[in-house]
Amino acid sequence: MLFGILVNEGPYQHQASDSAYLFAQAAIEEGHTIFRVFFYHDGVNNGTRLATPPQDDRHIPNRWSELAEKHNIDLVLCVAAAQRRGMVDPDEMKRNKKDADNIASKFRISGLGQLIEAGVQTDRLITFGD
Amino acid sequence: MLHTVNKSPFEKNSLETCLRLIEDNSTLLLIEDAVYGALKNTNIEEKILNAQTNIKLYVLGPDLKARGLDKNSLITNIEIIDYKGFVKLVAENEKIQNWL
Amino acid sequence: MEEELEGGVVKKFLYVNRRAPHGTIYAHEALEVVLIGAAFDQDVSLAFIDDGVFQLKKEQDTAEIYTKNFSKIYSALEMYDVEKLYVEKESLESRGLTEDDLSVDVKIINSKEMKKLITDSEVIFNF
Repeated sequence: MLFGILVNEGPYQHQASDSAYLFAQAAIEEGHTIFRVFFYHDGVNNGTRLATPPQDDRHIPNRWSELAEKHNIDLVLCVAAAQRRGMVDPDEMKRNKKDADNIASKFRISGLGQLIEAGVQTDRLITFGD
Repeated sequence: MLHTVNKSPFEKNSLETCLRLIEDNSTLLLIEDAVYGALKNTNIEEKILNAQTNIKLYVLGPDLKARGLDKNSLITNIEIIDYKGFVKLVAENEKIQNWL
Repeated sequence: MEEELEGGVVKKFLYVNRRAPHGTIYAHEALEVVLIGAAFDQDVSLAFIDDGVFQLKKEQDTAEIYTKNFSKIYSALEMYDVEKLYVEKESLESRGLTEDDLSVDVKIINSKEMKKLITDSEVIFNF
């Protein structure tokens, strides 16, 4: 079955991203496919490559990157939410004349249409948020 | 239809609204802080017991365990499932409503 | 602008709005999804439940808190062919509001009808 996942909260602040990750992992183990994980609201902060959590804690952004790498999952940060909150990929850096980008591996920034598309194309869309 | 709730009923009204707007024969899964809603001897226990006549209730085990709770803390007839069970519920139910 | 998706699939989308408008950004960013989603030619309904009914209160003025007054967008939704706005009667009444307090034309429905609206929808967004 094709699943879409929406994550509406940032890492560490709220359990939403942890729950979404564990759900995605279990879905893959059960033989399902994750079509896309869409990050909205503060959820876009899951895509930072500048996070340095304590060594004995989970690394939420890296964990998403690794899952995406291994299972070819599309990780999308909403562009409007990302711009507001300072999440920048190389393209956005050029376009908005910033001096750096901060996006983690396997994440990309795109429009809200990607969320609607996930709703249309998948068998199930599940939301994790506050 | 599968409904999920992730809020403690003692702080937010998500569970209460879910119970008001859930169709009979639906499935309700409590995750994150909503697992507190499954506790026995609370002031919402009666609402849960009433709901159980029409809907099937589940709680997410890892979230329960993380909060120092287990089967003995819960109202009877609430099934404890793991993340694989969560995935199964999502696959079995054609539609999902996540009350946040 | 109409976005074309594979196979021309049309699904019943429901946006469930349960939050008050200015204390958090959820209502504002939910509206942004509705506006983008309108271009996709899907069957769209909006439900206002619990504190979500406060989103539709007329005469909102954010000038003195310097945030965007997105409340004006609700009355423009019609231009985007988003015409099905439902307000739960119980939520409205328990907050001391009546239809006259709202900024847009909505259909006020009771809990039983709201239950059916939710059950009949295929993709439900909660922000």
